[in-house]
Formats: sequence, C-alpha cells, structure tokens
Amino acid sequence: MFSFIIRRLVSAFFVMFSISVMVFLIFFATPGVNPAARIAGRSASPQVLAQVSAEFGLNRPLPIRYALMMWHLFFKQDLTSYVNIGVKVIPQITGAAPVTLSLIVGAAVIWLVVGVALGVVAAANRGKWIDPLIMFGGIAAVSIPVFWLGQVVSLLIQRKFHSVFSWLPGSGFVPLTQSPWQWALHLLLPWLTLATLYAGVYARVLRAELVNAMNEDYVRTARAKGLSERRILIKHALRCSLVAVVSLFGLDLGSLVGGGALLTEVVFGLPGIGQLTYTSLLNLDLPVIMACVMYGAFFIVLASAIVDVLYAYLDPRVRVAK
Amino acid sequence: MIALGVLVFIVTACLLAPVYANSIAHVNPFPANVQGTIRLGGKTLSVLQPSSVGLGVTPIGPTWNFSTYFLGADPQGRDVFARLLYGGRVSLLIGFSSAIVCCAIAALLGMAAGYFGGVMDWIVSRVFDIVWAFPVLLFAICLSVILLTSGINILFIHIAAGSLLLPILIIAVVYVPYVGRPVRGIVLTLREREFIQAAIGSGASDWRILRKEIWPNVAPTVMVFFPMMVAFNMLTESSLSFLSVGVQPPNASWGTISNDGLQLLYTRPWVSIAPGILIVLTCAALNVLGDGARDAFDPKAKLRGGA
Repeated sequence: MFSFIIRRLVSAFFVMFSISVMVFLIFFATPGVNPAARIAGRSASPQVLAQVSAEFGLNRPLPIRYALMMWHLFFKQDLTSYVNIGVKVIPQITGAAPVTLSLIVGAAVIWLVVGVALGVVAAANRGKWIDPLIMFGGIAAVSIPVFWLGQVVSLLIQRKFHSVFSWLPGSGFVPLTQSPWQWALHLLLPWLTLATLYAGVYARVLRAELVNAMNEDYVRTARAKGLSERRILIKHALRCSLVAVVSLFGLDLGSLVGGGALLTEVVFGLPGIGQLTYTSLLNLDLPVIMACVMYGAFFIVLASAIVDVLYAYLDPRVRVAK
Repeated sequence: MIALGVLVFIVTACLLAPVYANSIAHVNPFPANVQGTIRLGGKTLSVLQPSSVGLGVTPIGPTWNFSTYFLGADPQGRDVFARLLYGGRVSLLIGFSSAIVCCAIAALLGMAAGYFGGVMDWIVSRVFDIVWAFPVLLFAICLSVILLTSGINILFIHIAAGSLLLPILIIAVVYVPYVGRPVRGIVLTLREREFIQAAIGSGASDWRILRKEIWPNVAPTVMVFFPMMVAFNMLTESSLSFLSVGVQPPNASWGTISNDGLQLLYTRPWVSIAPGILIVLTCAALNVLGDGARDAFDPKAKLRGGA
C-alpha cells in the first residue's frame, strides 16, 4: 500500500509538471506569439515593447521564466496578472472556486440520483417499453450542447412562461453564507442544465453494467438461493455495477471542479473557475491561465487517485488482486 | 434505421446548400445584407426592421416560406436558413474529418504502444495521461486561442489562422486518448495470444504483424468509436465556435450561428435555437448508430444484453 501511494504521488507530480510545461510552451514558445505585444497594446513602439519585455522579465531565457513563474505561483504566492496590472492571481482563484463548487455539488447530487434511478429502472424493465425510452432519452441528453440547453431553458423560463416562473431570479450568484435560499434559487437552472447531460451518461452506463452483472455467476448463485429479483438487482448487481459509476463520477467531478463546467458558467453568467480561465485565455493572461490550469489539473489528479481507492473499497475482487 | 435516415437527410440537405441558396431562395448568405428587402405576400419588407422598443433594428422573423427567409434573418440581415445549410457543411466536415484524424492517430499510437511496449509504451501512455488530465474544452480553447492568432508555421507546414484545418486538428488531438487508451489495452492482450506468437515465430516483420494480424482485431473497436467521436467532435466544435474560438468568419458553422443569435435570444429565438436542434438531431443519430455498430461488431454484448 505504501509503495502504491508513493507511486501515485510521483505520477501525479509528473502529470502536473508536464501540464505546466506544456501550457507554458503553448503560450510562450509558439512562433509568432509575443506576450509583450499583447501587454503593451496594439500600436506600441519598439522602445515600449522592449521596456515591457524587461519589466515582465520576458527577455530572459525560457527555463528561467518558467522557474520564476512557478516560484511566484507556489512559493511566494504573489504572482500577478499581466492584464489587470497588480492584481494577484491566487485571490482570484479562491474567489471563483466557491462558485464552481456550488454549481458542481448541486448538479452532481441531481445527476447521481436521477441517473442511478433511471439506470436501475431501465435495467429492471428490460424488454418493456420503458427501457428503450429511457435509453433514448439518455442518448438525446448526451447529444445536447450545454450552451444551447442553457439558452433554451432561460428562453422558456424568462420569456415564454415568465408568469409561471416569476419566482425564479435572473442569472448571477449569491454566496451560500449570505442566503442559502437565494443561493439555491439562483443555481437551480444551472444545476438542472448541467445535470441533464450527465444524468443521461450515468443512466446508460449503469444500465449496461447492470445488464452485464445480471449474467454473472454470483447473480446465479443468489437466484439459486431463492432471493427475489428485486433484492438481487439492488443488493447484489447494483453494488458491483456502481464501481463503473463511481470511477466515472470521480473523473467527471475532477474535471468539472477544475473548470470543465465552463460553458454552463458562461451561459448563466456565473463567475466561477471556468469563466475565469476562459477570460484569461482570451486575454492571453498567462499567469492566470497557469494558475487556473494547475488548479484544475490538481483536482483531476486528486480525483483519479481517490477513484482508485474507492474502487478497491467497492469491489472486493480488486482488493484481493492487489 | 430511423437514425440513419435522419443523418442521411441532414447530410444531403447540407450538401445541397448551394442549390437552395441559388435556385430557391436566391440569396447569398455570406455578405451582410443590411439594406436588403424581401417581397412577402405582395408587400415589400426590409430585412432589418426598426425595433419596437428603443433604438436599433430587429431582423425579420421566420416567414415559414421556403422561398425566402424561412427562418428569418440574423443581425446582419442574412438568411438564417441558408446559413444553417452552409454551416452544416462546415460542422459535418469538421465532425467527420476530425474523427478520422483522431481515430487514425489514436490507432497508430495505441497499436505502437501496445505492440512494441517498453520505452514506446511509456512515452505514449504518459502523453495520453497528460492530455487526459486536461479538461477537454480548456485544452481545445488553449490551443485555439494561440493557433487562431498565429496559424501554424512549422518547417514546410503553413496553415493560415482562419483555416478550417485548425479546428479539425485541434479537436482531433484533444480526443486522441479517448480512443488511444482502449486500443492500447486491446493490443496488450492480443500481444499474448497464440496467433501473434505464431506470426512472430514464423519470422513475420513487425510491420506485417501490425497490418495483417493486429489491425483486423483493432478495427472493429475503432469502428464502434467512430460515430461517437463524430458526435463528440461536433459538440466540441459547436462549443468552441459558440465561444468564438472555433470556426472563424467568413466560414459559418452551427456553433457560430447560434452565437450570432445570442443577442436576439428574446426577440428572434429561432436564430439561436434552430442550429441547436440540428446539432441535437445529428449527434443523437450518430450516437444511436454508434450503439448499433457496437451491437453489430460485438454480438456477444447484444446476446448478453437481451432485449
């Protein structure tokens, strides 16, 4: 177990290091891209450009610039933005993180409950009309662009049926600490929008796993013991099938917390990590991009580590194998 | 079967875009048409009408008449329906070609990693890990933001900044691990099978084994992934274009049209809604086809699945 943890730590560090180098190279070493020109503005004279380069340390060799950026980001924690001169990067991240977390946690609860319920219902009713219906619904949900769903939802709620839904507030974000009720109301539509997509995936994955599990030997044993079909499905098959859902859930959660919910945040005007990354990318604000990407990669790496441990917990066979 | 029909219908309609634009609607959906007028029911209406509230103009709404502005006009007075057909060509082109590029790269890398093992496997697997640990959309935006300003100029390869090749390549690259990882896994187990050992023992070259023994066993998996990758890629393309870092004007795609309609969402919702409906239909059809392909190539799964 100890060597397993060490190996995981090393590989996590390696992945994060590689991502930081890759992002750095994409933005600094691509021929034809000059960060100094971006900072100085379109019509800057060569003297101004040179001055800006010197001021931001852009005339130094690449490895030194990389090391300096990492030093300021992780150790001195005083990295500042290129675009909003003097604004520190880390408070921006810590300010945006609660918004993203609020969005993801609520949506995750909804899609887990709905997705698992639909998956179980579909698997239990194999061969009846409700199974293909749920499966097609799943396919449709997976095929919807999030930004479009967001638009349709706000169009319907704010315009077409405004009189019915007048109790729903407009877009924006209210911190949980300020008013839990308003927090939930403001996030209701983004939650549902984001959850629709994932509930479809989860229902489909879980159904496929359940159907496979129902053909396994341990299910035949349970049947031979005379247990009811319902008990077999819930107590025996579901437990094993949840392994696939858990690993999927961990990875999805990691990438969403790290900024993957960008489209939902942009469409609903939520100032979260995804929105922050997106604006910094459009401005080529490299310090912010770097910080956001490191933040996101951290959660993805963390999530995949947790998934491995949970895997062993849920599926005894994995434990034996290790 | 219905899925295939929907897909064929949409593809054909989009391929016939010039026919529609030139012979039925008589419009050119690319240049701005701010001063334009249309004849409808004996009356002449201007394409951009004075707004009922405040300043500015509102484009004409859907006429539901195929010969002119079926779905109305966009903020620049262009025929939305004609643009949808042209945009579909771009969206489908990007979806299919990036899926081809993605599956080709993934199959090559996955097969090389699984078959040769050792250093090759280590490098390829680590590259997959790294790309995997980057949220797909963020990675695609990262690449787009840079490449759309500079284009690609590496040695003898020159791709202009506005070229459609850029979104195709970017989307293909970010999805490579999704196909490459399963391919590598399959090749790893194949590597131990008797027929491969026999081929190695009889002195066949690596190239021959990869081509004649491994590829036929990997191909069905890639075929199953292909329709789903097309759907994924089209969704990614539309998201990138919606965020204005995908397809660049004068080209249009369903994503850019949806973005054009964003400011009109409450007055002329069809500009934004129609491209979305087409994306959903196309992607749903592709996903259903992908399901069918899995059942066809993996009869065991279907047998076990019942129903």
